[in-house]
Parts: sequence; structure tokens; C-alpha cells
Amino acid sequence: MTDETVDRLFHALADATRRDILRRCVRGEMSVSRLAEAYPMSFAAVQKHVAVLERAGLVTKQRRGREQLVRMDPDAVGRARQALDELETAWRGRVDRMSRLLAQDPEENDPTEGPDR
Amino acid sequence: MTVTSVDKDLDNLTLTLIADFSAPVERVWQLWADPRQLERWWGPPTYPATVEQYDLTPGGDVSYFMTSPEGEKHYGWWRITSVTSPTSLEFTDGFADQEGKPSPDQPTTNVRVQLTEREGGTRMEMRSTFDSREQMEQMVNMGMVEGLQEAVGQIDAILVG
Repeated sequence: MTDETVDRLFHALADATRRDILRRCVRGEMSVSRLAEAYPMSFAAVQKHVAVLERAGLVTKQRRGREQLVRMDPDAVGRARQALDELETAWRGRVDRMSRLLAQDPEENDPTEGPDR
Repeated sequence: MTVTSVDKDLDNLTLTLIADFSAPVERVWQLWADPRQLERWWGPPTYPATVEQYDLTPGGDVSYFMTSPEGEKHYGWWRITSVTSPTSLEFTDGFADQEGKPSPDQPTTNVRVQLTEREGGTRMEMRSTFDSREQMEQMVNMGMVEGLQEAVGQIDAILVG
């Protein structure tokens, strides 16, 4: 991250309303008009806050009909990969523990040289 | 190496993992079907799982909690969709609140496990699918926002100080 990017990010996060908008957008997209209902300020003021978040790369805005929809970061593929990576790590750990448990079993049928390479 | 292959399908948000064990199918099934054995591998060693409710029948519920090193309990649940002992199991896997009730705003995954005999051992195929892209993003975002809030809290403290 360049200094400028960090500045923008910190500036965007330094405001309680903007942090609140961000929190609301985590659960899915929100229209600017719905966001505006949540704060004691004008539609234009909320729109300005959204623009600051947008410049910081924290949200994206998309127009659908008459509505402007705000959502967090558009990098869905990157996030899909991240989520699947986390899931993979969890399951690799589980499989390791499963095989360690199996290895503790008393050998009864002695599999004369298993298929292990 | 127990894990034979891992496939991540970004379009369908699915992780498919194949593992080969030298133990017979019935034995590997016990790791899933016996809650006391499940507790020994479901959570990482630092977050051991304790199974409170265990009903391995279609429509049945499994509930458990994992205990953090600090002693905090993190609750989770399964809702069983199908069971064919000793070869297949399908369930929804989700998080729960502090009372152990499923949290509707937390993401779930659908897990399907299949065990087949292979060269005297067992091949386990595990497929885990996120319910929706939205849910999956939410899961990652939650972590991200928590991180941001923490960072902001530190900045606030610096500014105040």
C-alpha cells in the first residue's frame, strides 16, 4: 500500500458514521436511500460519506434502476479463494487428526505392508 | 500423505477433499458416528470440541462447542440431511450463538462425506459447499471488519492519548 492509499483508508475509517455504514454493508448490499434513513443527516451527506469509503476502496457503488447500491469490496473471487483456503486448512487439520487417531488403534488384522508408497 | 487430492471450485464455492486411510470403512465411519471420537478430531488441539447433542438420523441435530485457550466457548451445530451407515453422511454445518442456537446471520456450509473401500483401506471424499456467495463473503468480511475495528480502536487510542 502506498502512503496515499493508507491515508485514504485511515481518513475513511476515522469517522464514526462511515464506520457504521461499513458495518451495515458487511451483511450485504444496502441502498444509499436506506442508509440515509439510518442517520440524522441529509441524503447528500450520506452520499458524501459513501464516496469517501468508495475512494478508500472499502466499498463499491452500483446503480440499479433508481437506486444506488453500496457493498463492501468487489473482489469476490479473491474472497472466494480466501474462504476456500481457510476451509481447506481446517479440513487438512481434521484429516491429519483422523489418521493419527486411526494409527492409535491396536493392530488386529495386520495389513501386511499397506498400500503406502 | 493421507490427503490424496484437494479441489477448490471457485464458481460453485466448493471444496472437495479426498483422503485415503489404511483402516477399514467401518472403522473410519466410527470417527464420524461416535461423538466421543468426533470430539478428538473435529476441532484443532487448541480448540477442543465437546459434543452436547448427537442425533445421527435424517433431520437430527448435533450440537457442540469448541473451547478457546482462554476458555471461551464457540458453539456450532449440524443438521443431518441424510445418513447411510457406514458409507455416507450429509449435513449442514453452521455456527451458533452463546446459547447454542443457530445464528441465522452466520454462514453455513453443506458437507457430504462418502466412504468407499479401496485397496483394503478407505477412501474418504468430503465435499463442502458454501450456501451462497453472499454468505461466504460475509464470513470473510466479518473477520475483516473485526480487524478494521481493532485497528481503528488502536488509532482512536493514539489520537486521544
